Amino acid sequence: MSKHSITISVNGTDHSAEVDSRLLLVHFIRENLDLTGTHIGCDTTSCGACTVLINGRAVKSCTMFAVQANGAEVDTVEGMAEGGQLHPLQEGFWEKHGLQCGYCTPGMLMSAKHLLSKNPNPTEDEIRWGISGNLCRCTGYNKIVEAIQYAAEKLQQEEVAA
Amino acid sequence: MTVYHDPNKPRHVDDRVEVKHPVPEGASAKVETTEQIAVTTPPEVCGMGHRMKRKEDPRFIQGRGQYVDDVKLPGMLYMDIVRSPYAHAKILDIDASAALEMDGVLAVITGKDLEAHGLHWMPTLMSDTQMVLPTEKVVYYAQEVCAVIATDRYIAADAVENIFVDYDPLDAVVDPFKALEDETIVRTDKEVQTNRIWHWEVGDQAATDEVFANAKHVVKQYMHIPRIHVASIETCGMVANYNPATEKMQIYMTTQAPHAIRTVFALVTGLPEHKIQIISPDIGGGFGGKVPVYPGYVIGAVASLLLGKPVKWIEDRSENLQADSFARDYHLEAELAADENGKLVGLRVNGLADHGAADAAANPSKFPAGLFSICSGSYDIEATHVNFDAVYTTKPPGGVAYRCSFRVTEAVHMIERLTDMMAHDLGIDPAEYRMQNFIQPEQFPYKSATGWEYDSGNYPAALKKAMDMIGYDELRREQAEKRERGELMGIGISSFTEVVGAGPAKDYDILGIKMFDSAEIRIHPTGKAIARFGTKSQGQGHETTYAQIIAQELGIPANDIEVEEGDTDTAPYGLGTYASRSTPTAGAAAAMAARKIRAKAKKIAAHLLEASEEDLEWNVNQWQVKGSPDQAKTIQDIAFAAYTNHPDDLEAGLEATDYYNPPNLTFPFGSYICVVDVDKGTGEVHIRRFVAIDDCGNIINPLVVEGQVHGGLTMGLAPAMFEEIVYDEYGTCLTGTFADYLLPTAVESPKWETGHTITPSPHHPIGAKGVGESPTVGAPPAIANAVVDALWHLGVRHIDIPITPQKVWQALRDAGVSD
Repeated sequence: MSKHSITISVNGTDHSAEVDSRLLLVHFIRENLDLTGTHIGCDTTSCGACTVLINGRAVKSCTMFAVQANGAEVDTVEGMAEGGQLHPLQEGFWEKHGLQCGYCTPGMLMSAKHLLSKNPNPTEDEIRWGISGNLCRCTGYNKIVEAIQYAAEKLQQEEVAA
Repeated sequence: MTVYHDPNKPRHVDDRVEVKHPVPEGASAKVETTEQIAVTTPPEVCGMGHRMKRKEDPRFIQGRGQYVDDVKLPGMLYMDIVRSPYAHAKILDIDASAALEMDGVLAVITGKDLEAHGLHWMPTLMSDTQMVLPTEKVVYYAQEVCAVIATDRYIAADAVENIFVDYDPLDAVVDPFKALEDETIVRTDKEVQTNRIWHWEVGDQAATDEVFANAKHVVKQYMHIPRIHVASIETCGMVANYNPATEKMQIYMTTQAPHAIRTVFALVTGLPEHKIQIISPDIGGGFGGKVPVYPGYVIGAVASLLLGKPVKWIEDRSENLQADSFARDYHLEAELAADENGKLVGLRVNGLADHGAADAAANPSKFPAGLFSICSGSYDIEATHVNFDAVYTTKPPGGVAYRCSFRVTEAVHMIERLTDMMAHDLGIDPAEYRMQNFIQPEQFPYKSATGWEYDSGNYPAALKKAMDMIGYDELRREQAEKRERGELMGIGISSFTEVVGAGPAKDYDILGIKMFDSAEIRIHPTGKAIARFGTKSQGQGHETTYAQIIAQELGIPANDIEVEEGDTDTAPYGLGTYASRSTPTAGAAAAMAARKIRAKAKKIAAHLLEASEEDLEWNVNQWQVKGSPDQAKTIQDIAFAAYTNHPDDLEAGLEATDYYNPPNLTFPFGSYICVVDVDKGTGEVHIRRFVAIDDCGNIINPLVVEGQVHGGLTMGLAPAMFEEIVYDEYGTCLTGTFADYLLPTAVESPKWETGHTITPSPHHPIGAKGVGESPTVGAPPAIANAVVDALWHLGVRHIDIPITPQKVWQALRDAGVSD
């Protein structure tokens, strides 16, 4: 098995490593970097628990090799809060009870972040389609939708204020 | 401790039937139904009724939860499992030599290795036996055949590919009705060569037959409640960490019942129980699938024991869907009888349970078909008889609950479908027909024909509220107009009764361990507290709701109470979280333990206030002198005094434990109404609206209850329309990934509309009943009834769940509708 030298920026910090060509990105994040907020739920790109942002786009990290992310900027749930301040999406999930067991939550947050970056004021239908790559077994989705609506509103208010 | 049934002896009906449900006097007093959630504590205390944000959420939304796959121990090894490509085959040879030569592979464990320690078989929770690893043959597709231990999960997976197993395929037994013929025996290890596992009856057969003989109207329907899988987003897994120096086995494990698992591990392995510590960390959804002990857990523990190192085993999704316990898989031949006035009078059921290769259900031990005998539901039916058989087939063992109390979902689906069918046959509106046949509020406590004593209920109130909320009469008018135009619209109702909170210890046990549950509360000198429980949240929000119960009772702010579960070294013994039992049992224990603390606090307050106890009264968070509320000691003052200035004749400290044995089960209920539009061309069903009114008694946290109901509804939608575990004729599982086994996404899930009525449980200390599973139980028949309602005028009487577009399209085609 060939080894590769890669450098990936994760949550703004560069990480360099020698990795096997077959090492999955999700394992690099979870095991090499000990960022265990990103979860594995299905291994087949179906459930979205492993969703991270790669150069701002939501990607399921269980179906991508770490070497493919060489040179990329990766964002995970651990990087969402800044200076002790929760991201409006995190706040929304807490306020609106957008999570129960919490296992799908990091991936759901990442998909929602990607959605709001493309579409800051989505309709309910657009939110539902926006997170349709992420499975949640606990919440029935109503309150996840409400959480994302909460965040969309707050982000827009912040933008107006700025 | 009850000894397991001898697995070699066939089990007979006589040690399983005649279960009585005695209820102590006063436990079923009359209660009133309200809609107002009582809030009697200020927001800073956050007792019952407050919409408190969950205390557990900060760690989850920041990626700081700790699930089992997040556990990383020094020197940790990884286990992977070789699985059978056949449903039924003799194992002729296992050649692991190539695997063992690989760098990083430490061991291969086979059934023969386990046999040397007597661990190749294990008991199931139903006192049947199940292979850990086979020594002679496999009995289901994807069964564990042997395991590899390696230094890395990738190497372990490679090694699995390098193990060569020689199989001699045998005939698969896929159809449970065929299994009854005993042509091919699944469990050749048993003394008696039959596929029959048990026979079970409940109710009065003669009385029921007589009612049917005299009945004016009878509806009869065969139904299959298909095999499904809980498919929690986190699969199962463990880290077993045996320390040869201390001889202690520490196991991090995805389990809903850590204490019972510790006892089972001790009995199975012979390790002393004090040297076993089960830690159930954050659990990524359970729904019943994390109650059983799976072979992987045992193999992993043995591997750690043999190698003296930590061993991690995490299932992948295909292993999870293909080999872990399934749910449901009941075949029901059901009949419902009504008299000349349309009054329901009799219910007769013949059931066949397909248990796969072992009866690995997770029912209380005296109830082989769980609480299925609640099947007369919300209706006052004079006579009921249930007759059940169970068989082995070459499928994975089961079955577990799928977010329901022991087989209640199957029962509710059956009675709600039959009742709807009867209403349609009689030409009476299904809502009106239910109103006519409901057990009426004044009939509670109600004794059913199968022996249950329903503690409380007000079924008409819940249905009326659902009808008002959805605008029922207007929808019926719209439906009539649409039918004129040839459009297909249906309205379905489900008015279900749940039975949860097992259970009274007299009748309810798992492997002999009584189904009580526990709480231990310790108040620190500064008035903060820690509370530990025998249950284990998998997302239900116990860290918040238990704290709110204690806050209600003691006035300590819920945010000042740390709730801990899941570590058997620290938490009091309990049976765990499943079957909506946490609030009915451990929630009750929390209130009772808090009341013990309040009683001791009164003595300390009297000492501090130099007053007599009789002169004190409790007010939110303090003991005060009657008539002079300024002369008071808060719970925080009292806690400090408990360690610094307590009366000489009183022990120091302020803590209490309660093991709560409920006097009866609780009976949550609700009425759901679903509106569907059916596409005549494609058979696609669109759920336009879904209103759910639940009554779970007193509400601890409305926010959490709403979340539980929404989630339960989506897990009701799932088997109603999408999910089914499917096998081909060779017993090969065809639904081994999320591409084949379809979980609803946010797009398929409707925007649930919810509401409540409140009919407190008369026997529960805080009047609560449990709620997490009601919607999973209640939703499927509402959806099925809506689809059939849309097609009834075309001659369609029934469609089995999952109601896929193909089935609807076929029904339309059979009815001569083409579009």
